[in-house]
Amino acid sequence: MAITKVVMPKLSEAMETGKVIKWLKEEGDRVEGGEIIAEIETDKADIELEAFGSGVLRKIVVPAGDRVPVGGLIAVIADPVDEIAGVLAGAPAPAPEPQAAPPAAAAPAPPVSPAPAPRPVAPPPPPRPMAPMPAPGPVAVPGARVKASPLAKKIAARSGVDLRLVQGSGPGGRIVRRDVEAALTTAPSPAPPPGVQPGCPASVALGVEHQDVPLSSIRAAIAKRMPLAKGPVPHFYLTSEIAMDRAWELRAQLNALEGQPKISLTDMIVKACALALTYHPGVNASFQGESIRVNYRVHMGLAVALDEGLITPVLRNCEAKSLAQIAVEGRDLVERARARRLRAPELSGATFSLSNLGMFDVEEFSAIINPPEGAILAVGAVKVVPVVEDGRIGTSRRMKVTLSCDHRVMDGAMGARFLQDLKRLLEEPLRLLV
Amino acid sequence: MSVMTYREALNMALREEMQRDPRVFLIGEEIGVYDGAYKVTQGLLKEFGERRVVDTPICESGFTGLAVGAAMVGLRPVVEMMTFNFAILALDQIVNSAAKMYYMSGGQYNVPMVIRGPGGPAHQLAAQHSQSMEVYFYHVPGLKVVRPSTPPDAKGLLKSAIRDDNPVIFIEAETLYGIKGEVPDDPEFTIPLGKAEIRREGTDVTVFAYMGMLYRALEAAEELAKAGVSCEVVDPRTLRPMDIETMIGSVRKTHRAVVVEAGAGFAGMGSEIAAFVTENAFDDLDAPVERVTGANAPMPYAKNLEQAKTPSKEKIIAAIRRVCHA
Repeated sequence: MAITKVVMPKLSEAMETGKVIKWLKEEGDRVEGGEIIAEIETDKADIELEAFGSGVLRKIVVPAGDRVPVGGLIAVIADPVDEIAGVLAGAPAPAPEPQAAPPAAAAPAPPVSPAPAPRPVAPPPPPRPMAPMPAPGPVAVPGARVKASPLAKKIAARSGVDLRLVQGSGPGGRIVRRDVEAALTTAPSPAPPPGVQPGCPASVALGVEHQDVPLSSIRAAIAKRMPLAKGPVPHFYLTSEIAMDRAWELRAQLNALEGQPKISLTDMIVKACALALTYHPGVNASFQGESIRVNYRVHMGLAVALDEGLITPVLRNCEAKSLAQIAVEGRDLVERARARRLRAPELSGATFSLSNLGMFDVEEFSAIINPPEGAILAVGAVKVVPVVEDGRIGTSRRMKVTLSCDHRVMDGAMGARFLQDLKRLLEEPLRLLV
Repeated sequence: MSVMTYREALNMALREEMQRDPRVFLIGEEIGVYDGAYKVTQGLLKEFGERRVVDTPICESGFTGLAVGAAMVGLRPVVEMMTFNFAILALDQIVNSAAKMYYMSGGQYNVPMVIRGPGGPAHQLAAQHSQSMEVYFYHVPGLKVVRPSTPPDAKGLLKSAIRDDNPVIFIEAETLYGIKGEVPDDPEFTIPLGKAEIRREGTDVTVFAYMGMLYRALEAAEELAKAGVSCEVVDPRTLRPMDIETMIGSVRKTHRAVVVEAGAGFAGMGSEIAAFVTENAFDDLDAPVERVTGANAPMPYAKNLEQAKTPSKEKIIAAIRRVCHA
């Protein structure tokens, strides 16, 4: 009688892990092929797990309540006399089984004996600007050992970076300090191209057709992180137009006051977002797999464009700061970001981000969420447009904002209510001062 | 301050210490009438006479043993090894007598002596005369080991070694005897044993190197600076005791370390410094510590092979680039 390895079946394309809800058999019980031996929780539904071999349930590797990657060994069925130590030792932390699985509806567990060799699919490694040899694939494999330098581990632990999501650029794919720092400084929204000069006739005249510009470390990090943000995070977008006439006037009045810091429209938007987020903490939230973390403090990531790429310094506790504080501290952060003088903690921990391309005359755009944040607001230019009010044509300063939301965290209505309040705060901007 | 050679700085240290303390005397081969094989003791016989500058027969174990005995009864001998390779002949006196006397006599006898002379690879001195002997002595409890890299260090460290109440191995570099530097004239100028020195400040990697290798490391650092890699070059100076504060402090700053060592690497200084760094700064390391060492072979006589065996600037640069992933 053969030994049958019982592994966590892959029941949908998105399924990475599964949880054993309950074992219906105990170790030592006789099991017939086709018999239901356990209940498994997947991302979509709970299913029953059939035995694909007969024998005795010799060993339950994963107890009820525990979660393992797809393909992971969860039990062994064999004859009472079979030696199973090798099977148990041979598969301590199986990698996900990437092969296509049968549709979840049909729900038969895939054949499990003999277990196919784990074959994690490795996306091609991103270009590395400095290292001479290409690194092996990424290590985003649950349960797999992460190769990182001690310093990289220390920084990651301190700053909350998940090393499994970081691609190492060191020898043999080792994650080194610069990889963690790059992960920390990755910005959430589409990056404006680095200072492109309009036309370059000189180069063309010299016969230069193109140039391969090595990736800056920030650019490399963006290239690495953004697919991880855009792919797994189900985005949806909500756009709203806000009348900025009164905010415009208020700003002029505030800036006419002597001895007061200069206030920008961005400062007012930060303040308005912070207030709106305190009304709607569900938008100021992170998806955590088994739970959603709702943040009551608003740590605002401010996207700052540098020549080599985008970074996002974090203005903390915006919900408790006055407009003037936001103006002064925000400007300090942005200036230090431009001077590359930010400290590491200032680059992590945002709960929500803001990306403003209004100064480039961009009307509206959609930003990519920077995980684990649950949303990001993309701000377009303030434009004077014709409007009809009370049956008369007039002009108004209008600004379009687009909220990108993580659908795992919130639904459209929640995002829409947040936008409504944001709009009200900016259209009645005295609310920002009280 | 006066500009003088490394050789003159050593001579100055010996003269000043002999003037300061009548118990200090010199003993060794050709140090008196001939003024020393490398002229480090030049003029001292004339100034201090035969009782304090003692020429000996060619018998390292004999005169080293004599010096141990003299030190035990209160004198402060400075023994010259014509080259440190000859100290192998006196190894029993150094290891079993000088180093252990204080311990084995239960603290009744200390041995305030210095054994000095040139060591390490020079120019085509071949297998028997090119050895980096510090490693042999570094292993022995009870010995301090000093290797000065500059003229002021030569003076300041030799004076501290002579004033130390325990045996000190003081290995000079033949290739550095002629280099010049500013040396304080102050007869009380000393450099304490156990202090490393940052020779060049940098941010990306700490390069540990001493003696001739220090200068190659500095050249490598200069070249890498043009490529955007900022090297901090640290001279450990006194290899026992090691300076935790400076050496580990530097690694904590740069997060990477390369050790350059002229001698063969196996069980060498580089291994020791690498272990020291790993034990004290593991969580600050962004890459494994790299060693650049001499090849595991006797030193060949042929010039091209001698160069091939010894760490070159290029090998140092390659190691630095590896740890910097640059």
